[in-house]
Amino acid sequence: MTETIDTSTPLGRPIKRKEDAKLLHGRTNWTDNIQLPGTLHMAILRSPYAHAKITKLDVTPALSRPNVIAAYGADELGDLNGSIPCVWPVVDDIVMPDFPSLAKGVVRHVGDCVAVVLATDPVHAADALEAIEVDYEPLPAVVNMQDAIKGGTLVHEDAANNVCYNYPFATGENYDDVKAKADVVVTRQWANQRLIPAFMEPRSVVAAPMGMSDEMTVWSSTQIPHVLRVLMALVTGIPENNLRIIAPDVGGGFGGKLQLYREEVLVTQLARKLGRPVKWTETRSEDMVATHHGRDHIQTIEIAATKDGKILGLKVHLLADMGAYLQIITPGIPILGMFMYPAIYKMDAYDFHCTGVFTNKTPTDAYRGAGRPEATYAIERIVDELAAELDMDPMELRKKNWIKHEEFPFTTVAGLTYDTGNYEAATAKALDLFGMDELRAEQKRRRESGDTVQLGIGISTFTEMCGLAPSRTLGALKYVAGGWEHATIRMLPTGKVELVTGTSPHGQGHETAWSQIASSILGIPVEDIEVVHSDTGRAPYGMDTYGSRSLAVGGQAIKKAAENLIEKARIIAAHQLECSPGDLEFVGGEFKVKGDPEKAQAIGAVAFEAFTAHNLPDGVEPTLQGEATVDPEDFSYPHGTHLAAMEVDTETGKVTLRKYVAVDDVGNQVNPMIVEGQVHGGLAQGIGQALYEGAFYDEDGLPLNANLSTYLIPAAPDLPSFITDRTTTPSTTHPLGTKGVGEAGAIASTPAIINGIVDALRPMGVTDVAMPATPMTVWKTIQSANQAAKGGQA
Amino acid sequence: MQHISVNVDGTQYEGDVEPRTLLVHWLRNEVGKVGTVVGCDTSNCGACTILMNGRSVKSCSVLAVQADGASVTTIQGISTGDDWHPVQTAFKECHGLQCGYCTPGMVMSAIDLLGENPNPSEAEIREGLEGNLCRCTGYHNIVRSVEKAAELMGGAK
Repeated sequence: MTETIDTSTPLGRPIKRKEDAKLLHGRTNWTDNIQLPGTLHMAILRSPYAHAKITKLDVTPALSRPNVIAAYGADELGDLNGSIPCVWPVVDDIVMPDFPSLAKGVVRHVGDCVAVVLATDPVHAADALEAIEVDYEPLPAVVNMQDAIKGGTLVHEDAANNVCYNYPFATGENYDDVKAKADVVVTRQWANQRLIPAFMEPRSVVAAPMGMSDEMTVWSSTQIPHVLRVLMALVTGIPENNLRIIAPDVGGGFGGKLQLYREEVLVTQLARKLGRPVKWTETRSEDMVATHHGRDHIQTIEIAATKDGKILGLKVHLLADMGAYLQIITPGIPILGMFMYPAIYKMDAYDFHCTGVFTNKTPTDAYRGAGRPEATYAIERIVDELAAELDMDPMELRKKNWIKHEEFPFTTVAGLTYDTGNYEAATAKALDLFGMDELRAEQKRRRESGDTVQLGIGISTFTEMCGLAPSRTLGALKYVAGGWEHATIRMLPTGKVELVTGTSPHGQGHETAWSQIASSILGIPVEDIEVVHSDTGRAPYGMDTYGSRSLAVGGQAIKKAAENLIEKARIIAAHQLECSPGDLEFVGGEFKVKGDPEKAQAIGAVAFEAFTAHNLPDGVEPTLQGEATVDPEDFSYPHGTHLAAMEVDTETGKVTLRKYVAVDDVGNQVNPMIVEGQVHGGLAQGIGQALYEGAFYDEDGLPLNANLSTYLIPAAPDLPSFITDRTTTPSTTHPLGTKGVGEAGAIASTPAIINGIVDALRPMGVTDVAMPATPMTVWKTIQSANQAAKGGQA
Repeated sequence: MQHISVNVDGTQYEGDVEPRTLLVHWLRNEVGKVGTVVGCDTSNCGACTILMNGRSVKSCSVLAVQADGASVTTIQGISTGDDWHPVQTAFKECHGLQCGYCTPGMVMSAIDLLGENPNPSEAEIREGLEGNLCRCTGYHNIVRSVEKAAELMGGAK
């Protein structure tokens, strides 16, 4: 059962963020701010080649450079050259090549780590890299996945045809049988291009052996201090109990900091070896080749339907670019997407196959949405193409096939059970805000008058699976960790509260939102609650922040911990008030005797009694705290309807996003201001993929735009203001009735934009536009369509 | 090494710097103004924006020696922390920040923008902040923040 949100509590209110005061005054603690005495600064020699043998490596000349203390290649590092583990071997026969911190004899992508220099300041460390003597014998580079799987040059000797794994998944009826019954079959192939997370704070890591103890403290700009601690212990052999990982203020992540990076291992190992603090902060240009990338799938998708628009089946074959090595969950990203291709649609058969492919490019891994944006793009695009084929309105086709609100809970052909949803309500609201009829009328006028600026309307009726995740499900998918979350709430004797969470925020506003949840249950003011996080020394249990899981899973743990705390407090209060616990009701932070409201004790007073322990009932331990570790019942399934009005200048190819409406259903909201901010940011990244972003390589595997001058993340003039709203269909599997929101905007928006551009140009014969839809790409697409039309007439 | 003397947030600092030292590195490493941050190495992101002699500059694009004799204001100099600059207030009110990494530069650029144009349109705000990248907010609430700041500072309608 879900609970109605009580407006007398802070839950559900747009409370201004606690985090902002320090961030707005520059009183911040980014990892790069940490300056410990005696710190050595690490600089990394990186491969300029996509694929080469290292024929000579001599680091000793660097040692004579000013301020340099040490330098290492793989040989010098020896046993300390730890390898990065992959923790998601999706199939038994997956090929998992060694991924050492420093390359051993062969470099496999531009930016691959070859050697390191440590100096007493970062400038001289970087200077000394040029003194390292290194020779390479360039090898042919594997760049294009379609070529890679034909064999020839291999990225790794043990990966035949550069194949990392094959993953077949077929559910429902036999797809070919279903296809045989179809009146219409539409097949398309799309490149869901490679993206760079480009969080604003570059990665930084400091490791310091702490005094006489065996403790090693590692500060890192990471999303996953807890997971990092486990992995670091396994890689380095440092006992886990001696490792303390702290993620101080972290400036964005978007999946890009959901990782154990080789630089983190190197810094930690060298701090241990040298017995002094070691620090490394990446430059942005390093970030663009060394931080993992996202997406990069080639999607072949086929949809089969009847002539009146009933979808019968879906077939999806993916090539997924792993890059040169497997980072921690690289192979699992397309598998997360696998479940979402059928999306909100009812159908009888689903046939999926993914081939993971090695190339000589930066490894890929999670980036906002991680598999689900790729899936959503493909299904929402193909539904539009099917509508065009059937000459149906694309929204009518969706309505005909989506799960109706009264059909929930609904088990999809992919095997997921969506708990709740109301696609009708979200769509009705979105259409109203958008002004669909007026825009369709304008589109008609522009088409009829042959306006050089055409108008297109893009639709995306998305859902996604997030709130990662039920541990048993993760286990069944061969992911080696769980998906639970922990919270501890401590009442301090002065009436203040420490709320310890295992989530690890990096911009999401957890300190504010978690305080709201606890406040609403404990009756303690939001400002008296301190949220403790992101430090394994202070918040020892947790599974961190990714996959829109923090509220969906972590929020449940906070609710349950608060309730556990109240149950203990109730026993103490009953003792104090000389009644039985069942006679008490807890309202507004006070225990009141039912029928005798004069007899009451505030929770803060109970906390003080628990602290002094002068008068506790027999068998009750002193101190007042509540703990909970929660494994979620299911994934979380937010959904929504997004609509985009796209103007396309048919003479120049320039595309203008004129109006964007996003109606999201994320269930109950803890803080609607923060929810809206999450949607805005996701939209910018999804629109960025559609219109601006893409990491490109030449035929030798050299990156063409690996810096912020040439990799275009949207700036303020590149985006409009958004029209956002929500419908509220509470989750029934999550006790707060909430759903995840962190990735929704990024998942929904990309197909809305491209559907809009294609809709504008469809009368010219355009059926697809590649991403990013730059003016040049759009212009060329129009030219090709014009040529084809002329050819057809001739 | 070259000797420089720079007023930073109201205090005069003297020091010897290598000629190649960027102003942002001098501010962070020598003056301790770590509120000002580095986000890129191509002068695109604007995270390091400060005011130099009252106008916004990207402090990664200025050598420390070029700041000799100048007056510099960083995010840590526009208010004490107990009090708030109207632009800071507006960013909090309008949720104009998430991770906060671009925020120091965004606030300093907004201050300069509003100094030049106390009542900017949405398009003027977006153009004015073109040199400051944010990856979290999609700019929607940053624009609202600058509009709100204009109002608080007496510029708007």
